[in-house]
Amino acid sequence: MTGGGFRCRPSLSKKGPDAVLKLIVRRILLALPTLIILSMIIFGLQRLLPGDPIQTMMAEESDPQVVEFLREKYRLNDPIPLQYLAWVGNVLQGDFGSSLRTGLPVTQMILQKLPITVQLASMAMIMALLIGIPAGVIAAVRKNTMVDYAANAVALSGMSVPNFWLGIILIMVFAVSWKILPASGYVPITLDFWLSIKSMLMPGFVLSTAVAAYLMRHTRSAMLSVLSSDYIRTARAKGLLSNAVIIRHALRNALMPIVTLSTLLFGDLLAGAVLTEQIFVIPGFGKLIVDAVFTRDYAVVQGVVLFTAIGFIAMNILADVLYIVINPRLRHPQ
Amino acid sequence: MMKKLVLGAMLMGLLATTAASAADLNVALQDDPDILDPHRGNTFVGRMVFGPLCDALFDIDTSLNIVPRLVADWSWSEGDTVLTMNLRDDALFHDGTPVNAEAVKANLERALTLPESNRKAELASIASIEVLGDLQVAITLKAPDAAFLANLTDRAGMMVSPATFDTAGEGGLVCAGPYKFVERIQNDRIVMEKFADHWDADNYHFDQVIYRPIPDTTVRLANLQSGDLDIIERPAPADMETIKADSNLVFDIVTGLGFYGVNFNMGNGDRSQSPINQDKRLREALNLTIDRNVLNDVLGMGTYPPAYQPFSTASWAYNPEFDGGERDIERAKQLMAEAGHESVSFEILYANNSAMQSLFELVQAMASEAGFNITLRPTEFAAYVDEREAGNFEVSQFGASGRIDPDGNFHRYLACGSAGNVGKYCNDELTDLLNKARVINDVTERKALYDQAQKVAAEDLPALYFYYTPRTWAYSAKLDGFVAYADGVLRLAGLKTKE
Repeated sequence: MTGGGFRCRPSLSKKGPDAVLKLIVRRILLALPTLIILSMIIFGLQRLLPGDPIQTMMAEESDPQVVEFLREKYRLNDPIPLQYLAWVGNVLQGDFGSSLRTGLPVTQMILQKLPITVQLASMAMIMALLIGIPAGVIAAVRKNTMVDYAANAVALSGMSVPNFWLGIILIMVFAVSWKILPASGYVPITLDFWLSIKSMLMPGFVLSTAVAAYLMRHTRSAMLSVLSSDYIRTARAKGLLSNAVIIRHALRNALMPIVTLSTLLFGDLLAGAVLTEQIFVIPGFGKLIVDAVFTRDYAVVQGVVLFTAIGFIAMNILADVLYIVINPRLRHPQ
Repeated sequence: MMKKLVLGAMLMGLLATTAASAADLNVALQDDPDILDPHRGNTFVGRMVFGPLCDALFDIDTSLNIVPRLVADWSWSEGDTVLTMNLRDDALFHDGTPVNAEAVKANLERALTLPESNRKAELASIASIEVLGDLQVAITLKAPDAAFLANLTDRAGMMVSPATFDTAGEGGLVCAGPYKFVERIQNDRIVMEKFADHWDADNYHFDQVIYRPIPDTTVRLANLQSGDLDIIERPAPADMETIKADSNLVFDIVTGLGFYGVNFNMGNGDRSQSPINQDKRLREALNLTIDRNVLNDVLGMGTYPPAYQPFSTASWAYNPEFDGGERDIERAKQLMAEAGHESVSFEILYANNSAMQSLFELVQAMASEAGFNITLRPTEFAAYVDEREAGNFEVSQFGASGRIDPDGNFHRYLACGSAGNVGKYCNDELTDLLNKARVINDVTERKALYDQAQKVAAEDLPALYFYYTPRTWAYSAKLDGFVAYADGVLRLAGLKTKE
């Protein structure tokens, strides 16, 4: 998983619902050149990699005639700019092509994997929020106490423990020894709700550790800065209960950067989590794209990367919108 | 109170284990197969999945003898050029249409003419196919082809319903096996259900068979231990003792038909000019530095049988005379000195994975004792294939998954101009012997030719063999009737859950 990073607050000349709409439109327009450049990069970079997709696929059984036929069929003999234009033309008509390896349409593969990736990312995000924010708040309130140090240590290990190791340990404990959770696999939520949730508990948790740690650290620092504000001192001076001050006054304000950060982290999660998917045998985007890169399955890599890029851009726009929605000052300017 | 009750019930539901239905069989594969069409498929795991889905004309038994499957009986003409087959009268495709002579003809023609077919080389000897009756078909060969029947036991002999030729592969594979295709989710599962109208349906005891690709050996084993899986293929040798010690599991191993070793770049571009490729004495010296027993003990935990020839002990072409050759560093040094070298440097190219990495690190260490200075070049698989084809290697990883007929283990890799001969080694005498062995059906005569061919190859040493690929399995002790085959393909007939 890659880090999200902070962003500048969107500048708005006119505030209110109109402004939100305008912001969305402007963001979408800005996203278009990004997508075009990105598509060129994905297309070009893959072709810079050594290795031929057809030879890779055929390996032990390569038959020169078949290799030549497939090269023609997938237009691999055409100059790269022509290949690119042909691909873009098809994508604009909603056709992402089909996998060289399995023959399955890329659109179908994406649609099969999208709900899985969304569910895994959502589970991980929910867990990360449930762990990260309370831990951050407690660490801030109990600054420089044992509780704070402990929370920091846990956060640090959350970021540094390898998912692979944690995943295997969880499988050994919960699936092999105690037999209370399935060791791996994905069950569609529509097929069996509880089993689906159960099968996602461990992968969701493993994936959430780093995100939770990240959120905890940011919540802590946001809370610390809010807790030292004048209005908190005023609230305390009014004799409000400590919990009320922390939750109603401090946390609500501290949450603003956290919400945008979470949205961006969620975008990251949607791009797939290769290791977690591999350990828990979850057929999400991460495994799909890594396999496709290794087998030089161009159409799949292009389709999935483009799709996740669109998802990531959408998450960015959502982050901007949420920022306005949860921050009343941006809606009602003076 | 109500809230607590609801919450409790939810938690109970969440934590209650759901045992997989007893009528399901869950099998883990090492990789996700490629296209599900026997005529177009390329992967070993693909063969595994085709097993229960697509009956072939012939099959093998555990001793690698060819036995009829969709064929009831067959005969060769005088001169071994016409194969006449009578088909079973009770075999049906999953769409209900009969497996008849017309369907067999259509399938073989498809395998021969479909532009993307990878079966052309296996069926190249076919001159014509004639339907003699509803269930009788004759195949005329251009010349006798010793490997022909063996090829018909595999994908080249698998029958797809002709009505579905256009949709096979894109998720609608309709064959004539004991199980029919239900669904495939890439990287997740391939589900098949029992085909009640199969001629041997009584011998298949699971209602549903699910193949799940799980590349990591630790994860595969953990799933087997937890009961989520019933059978896993290729467990890691390092886990063998764990499996054997677990009373709920069974470990099974047979020697496979494939091998691993190295081949030399004998004539593919400039890099064939390096000393190791130019002087046979140096290759022999390298051979003398390799202790196969150490490879077997250290890498295979005793499961990697030492290999000195292209045919494993499972093959009738195997000849123990060609085995042996103890490690002899002094003799290796002497050979190097005779060749005028105190030390020889070269590079080994291989596909980057932990098994090959450990193998070549050991080879590097062993060979260094005689003065070989080996550089290792691990390369990602796609680039590795590319570099080999382009001749950009001195010495390369050499491996074959192995074929039932010895021709597939030898001719393909060392005959002049063969598709798998990336080192472009060419010895006319060897090629001639291997070509002769292709057109004789008599096993004794063929074996004599392979023996001669091995002698010629030993003179040139275009490749070294290190170990035979074991076919290992781990499965639940609840299963009964599991039989491992040397081709590594799982056969489900007779397999059931213990009463």
